[in-house]
Amino acid sequence: MAASDAGRGASPPSGVVPPALEVIGVEKWFGSVHANSNINIRVAPGTIHGIIGENGAGKSTLMSVVYGYYRADSGKIQVNGETVQIKGPEHAIASGIGMVHQHFMLVDTFTVLENIVLGVENGRLLAPNLAAARSELERLERDYNLEVDPDAIVGELPVGVQQRVEILKALYRGADILILDEPTGVLTPQEVGHLFRILAALRKQGKTIILITHKLREIMALTDEVTVMRSGKVVAQVYTSETTREDLAAMMVGRTVLLRVEKSAPNPGEVLLDVEDLSVKDNAGIVRVKNISLQVRAHEILGIAGVAGNGQSELMEALAGILPRQSGHIRIKGEEITGGTARGARNVRAAGVGHVPEDRQHMGLITSFEACESGILGYHRDEKYNGRVLMNHAAIVADVGRQMAEYDVRPPLPRLRTGAFSGGNQQKIVLSREMNRDPDVLLVGQPTRGVDIGAIEFIHRRLVDMRDAGKAVLLVSVELDEILSLSDRIVVMFDGEIVGEVTQDEATEQMLGLMMAGERQTPQESTK
Amino acid sequence: MSATNAPTEAPRWVTHALVPLINLSLALIISGLLILALGEDPFEAISILAYGAFGYPEAIGYTLYYTTNFIFTGLAVAIAFHCFLFNIGGEGQAYLGGLGAGVVGLAIGHWPAPITLILGILAAAVFGGAWAFIPAYLQAKRGSHIVITTIMFNFIAAALMTYLMVEIFIEPGQQSAESRDFEAGAIMPFVHDILAQLGIDAGHSYLNLSFVLALICCVLFWFFVWRTRWGYEIRSVGQNESAAVYGGIMPSRAIIIAMCISGGLAGLVGVNEIMGVHHRLLLEFTAGYGFVGIAVALMGRNHPFGIFLAALLFGALYQGGQELAFDMPNINRDMVVVIQGLVILFSGALEHMFRGRIEALFIRRAKTAPSAAAAAE
Amino acid sequence: MGENITFFVLMLDAMLRVSTPLILASFAGMFAERSGIVDIGLEGKMLGAAFAAASVALVTDSAWLGLLAGIAVSVGLAMIHAFACVTHKGNQVVSGMALNIMVAGLGPVLALAWFKQGSQTPMIADIARFKPVHLPFADKLRDVPVVGEVYSELISGHNIIVYLAIGMVPLAAWFIYRTRFGLRLRAVGENPEAVDTAGISVAGMRYRAMIVCGILCGVAGTYLAIAMNTLFIRDMTAGMGYLALAALIFGKWKPLPTLLACFLFAFAQALEARLQGVDIPGIGIIPVQAIQALPYILTVLLLAGFVGKAVPPKASGIPYMKEK
Repeated sequence: MAASDAGRGASPPSGVVPPALEVIGVEKWFGSVHANSNINIRVAPGTIHGIIGENGAGKSTLMSVVYGYYRADSGKIQVNGETVQIKGPEHAIASGIGMVHQHFMLVDTFTVLENIVLGVENGRLLAPNLAAARSELERLERDYNLEVDPDAIVGELPVGVQQRVEILKALYRGADILILDEPTGVLTPQEVGHLFRILAALRKQGKTIILITHKLREIMALTDEVTVMRSGKVVAQVYTSETTREDLAAMMVGRTVLLRVEKSAPNPGEVLLDVEDLSVKDNAGIVRVKNISLQVRAHEILGIAGVAGNGQSELMEALAGILPRQSGHIRIKGEEITGGTARGARNVRAAGVGHVPEDRQHMGLITSFEACESGILGYHRDEKYNGRVLMNHAAIVADVGRQMAEYDVRPPLPRLRTGAFSGGNQQKIVLSREMNRDPDVLLVGQPTRGVDIGAIEFIHRRLVDMRDAGKAVLLVSVELDEILSLSDRIVVMFDGEIVGEVTQDEATEQMLGLMMAGERQTPQESTK
Repeated sequence: MSATNAPTEAPRWVTHALVPLINLSLALIISGLLILALGEDPFEAISILAYGAFGYPEAIGYTLYYTTNFIFTGLAVAIAFHCFLFNIGGEGQAYLGGLGAGVVGLAIGHWPAPITLILGILAAAVFGGAWAFIPAYLQAKRGSHIVITTIMFNFIAAALMTYLMVEIFIEPGQQSAESRDFEAGAIMPFVHDILAQLGIDAGHSYLNLSFVLALICCVLFWFFVWRTRWGYEIRSVGQNESAAVYGGIMPSRAIIIAMCISGGLAGLVGVNEIMGVHHRLLLEFTAGYGFVGIAVALMGRNHPFGIFLAALLFGALYQGGQELAFDMPNINRDMVVVIQGLVILFSGALEHMFRGRIEALFIRRAKTAPSAAAAAE
Repeated sequence: MGENITFFVLMLDAMLRVSTPLILASFAGMFAERSGIVDIGLEGKMLGAAFAAASVALVTDSAWLGLLAGIAVSVGLAMIHAFACVTHKGNQVVSGMALNIMVAGLGPVLALAWFKQGSQTPMIADIARFKPVHLPFADKLRDVPVVGEVYSELISGHNIIVYLAIGMVPLAAWFIYRTRFGLRLRAVGENPEAVDTAGISVAGMRYRAMIVCGILCGVAGTYLAIAMNTLFIRDMTAGMGYLALAALIFGKWKPLPTLLACFLFAFAQALEARLQGVDIPGIGIIPVQAIQALPYILTVLLLAGFVGKAVPPKASGIPYMKEK
């Protein structure tokens, strides 16, 4: 049952309380990307309203528009029934909208009190106003049960407490509508529990809360209504009590036509990549991969599905030798891999692993280099490219030219600047480089992101060819259809752990969608 | 969903030649306005400058002598830039390079010239490189900002050299802090002497064979940066450190190698000055050449050919500037320094001010002929 | 005993005089850096201000007008730096360097054109300079042991800019830590995004910080030309701008430690003249150049992490761009 019908433009009948926040026909473009397309959402006052969707669904963009960080290209926003012009965060704040960002907007060297007061100091001199602010803060803390020491240095506080400071910031500015963007990504389970209690208390006090998340558990546990977004559009708005996890999951990932790639029956050979009890911290010191074990065999494509940010990137970088591991073992063809950063990457390559990174522009290529130079990145010390002192430029150009021809890179000009190639062709350059070495194990991340249809087919075909030739392929992707059509086996990562494993035949979107949103599944369960 | 397949950037010559030319022109126009404001005719100034730089054989000699120094410091700054590092320490490294050349000159000046000169060149490079090593190491391993450390090392170098000259190398009985003259083996031949032996009269100038060394360095620079694996690694780290790490390249190694070569190149100024011109050790021969190197590298877009042209330009400005100061009582040599500053401002800090608009002009034109490119995908 | 006190008093007296431009310039740098802008152009601003102050003082016979001119020029240069770095997101190091070099050339060029005495200005008459200010009873108390000497030699008798500089320090500290402006300034240097989402203009804050930087450098340069000296000569700042930068880093961008670092560096300079040729038991003769190099060596050691950690404002040197 939908909670909002075609109510666009219709004003509520008199006597009915207007929505706390209503988004009407909002559009937002970033260049040629249609991030928000005709968004209509109604948020009832005094409720917790969830917005769920995968990455790229447009949730964060929309909230940035509501908060005034971006300007909508068209459409309008109404608060309590009145249209408001939000040209910047000041206007949003003035309208009673407060935002708790995914990456906290806090000054680490300031105290809690200073952070809260920043921007609304209420006067040129700090001292007198700080005193007033302090008592106001203490009142807020009591009212909403948000205990924080006003004089603590924010940088030294645990993440859960920092988040409370962010919430207090919004409340201090008189926010009646609180937007939280993926708030639980950095919290421990206990801290998540605390947060839930805080949000429930805020609701009780009459605040309206918008919760952006990709996690079903949070939606089902906390929200009164939920809006599902996909590919920049609103797919549905329903009462939480009237829907099920399965329905939400299905709406989140959508029913897509499966582009199955022709491949021979699975015939897994020996284990080439063995991951045992691996834990990895990211650069900020947060554990992102929690005791993961998996194996990839020859003649096999293992797909790792999951919403971005659940540890897949860190897993991949650890396997590629770039991120050091905290604990656990990584074995390639039985040999243990050691080292982190550059040395690790070199070791891993030497062990016969190719790595197609998730972010080709950031990591896999050097866009200002000529294509032939990008085409040897990681292998530039090879004998065939180097004499005693000088590099053998002719050999490099010839070799990369051959690679490019083989992988149908257009235009086939090795001397052209890497940045001048289209996304799909750039990806083919990376692929041709990594596959050219005939590695035994291939790590591939988001292989078809930003790639057009023709190139997608080509790339998929090549991956299957590698698998048929006896390689072990580890595929990480947020595109479910890609995972479903290519993988022999699929595991789903959520919050740094593997929550389920299925074979290609057993897998359905619904099952994977549920797992991606945090629900552990075995094949039998989901067919109930 | 993905971007178009048409080229999304301006042709290379726009970025590498047109934009720098426009930036240079802006600097010159503003300088011209300044000259006007001082009551002189800018066009007359230009012709005096040109004459002073190239009008007679001696002038050309001096111009090329300056150019030699600017090539060295320009290459030095450029190789550091290729690793995205700012080497502001060219002055100090040149100073130490001079010390190296001087030590060799004093110690083995009685050996035959080719050997002494070669050893002097090596010593200059090694001393200069060593002076750059510590800031490089600190940046690579401890994250100390290389701009600040190299500036500090300039001052430390000045203090060190003063001490050494006054306490150790000074020729007894001298008023100023200078060493004794070198013996013949440590003297880099003047070009005018060589030309005289061939029957050509080129007057008397400071131009010496270090100029040839500078040209050789330009060629070697090109090969090193674009045709060796160390150059490849340095450029990778400078352009995209994440990609470099992905490719198994250690940033700290690239930083240290780039900076040491940078210091070594700057040190070669010492060859030109100490072994080529003064033939003894003395103080303050670096005279701001290290900073000119920054302008030269920026204008020359960190490419040896561009650097050669930019160095030539500044050499002409320095030499012609003297003539200008002579002929126009209202203008002195410091005008050249003003131009230098303007060039750095427009080629460096305000680089993007016009670049975007100019390149956009060319991209728009390219996009109107896209059908062939689109069909190719 | 009395001799030692006199020695000490004279040393501190010299230290105060020498440290004044250092204090002003390093605090100027503090405002810039705290807002997230790297400014190695302190040298150029001081030099430009020195020239402007000298010229105007010469022409108008007024030291105060000279001061105004010095500040105006310095603020103008600061605005160019802000324009290049904040508005056009240019490279901050290059911009600072460019301005230094430009001013280094422009001063002598204009001096020659306007005053025809080579690359310097003529000597400035006393009437147009800042002269020592004698505090009340300084003469009468001179003979009182210890206290009198300290009062009449050390505390009294400096020119007004010295007192201004010392007084500026607590004022600046108060400004940075106890006003709204200061809070926002520090925030912009640490996390400009937090400031942006709070609805405050990052660019506005940075421009304002550069104005303060310009004012303080202006006073510093003016002091050099018409208070400490009597004319403008080319390169008269002689690296003081970089020394101020070193003091700022040594003082970890905080007011009191920076002040102490300035005193330390200035004390070393004052000591240098005294220690020349003096044989210290156990160490021998310290070369004067070693003392000259000491501030720079200390700064390098600090940056290398051997003398404690120097943590600059987090956003220092990074042009602010709204993330997509």
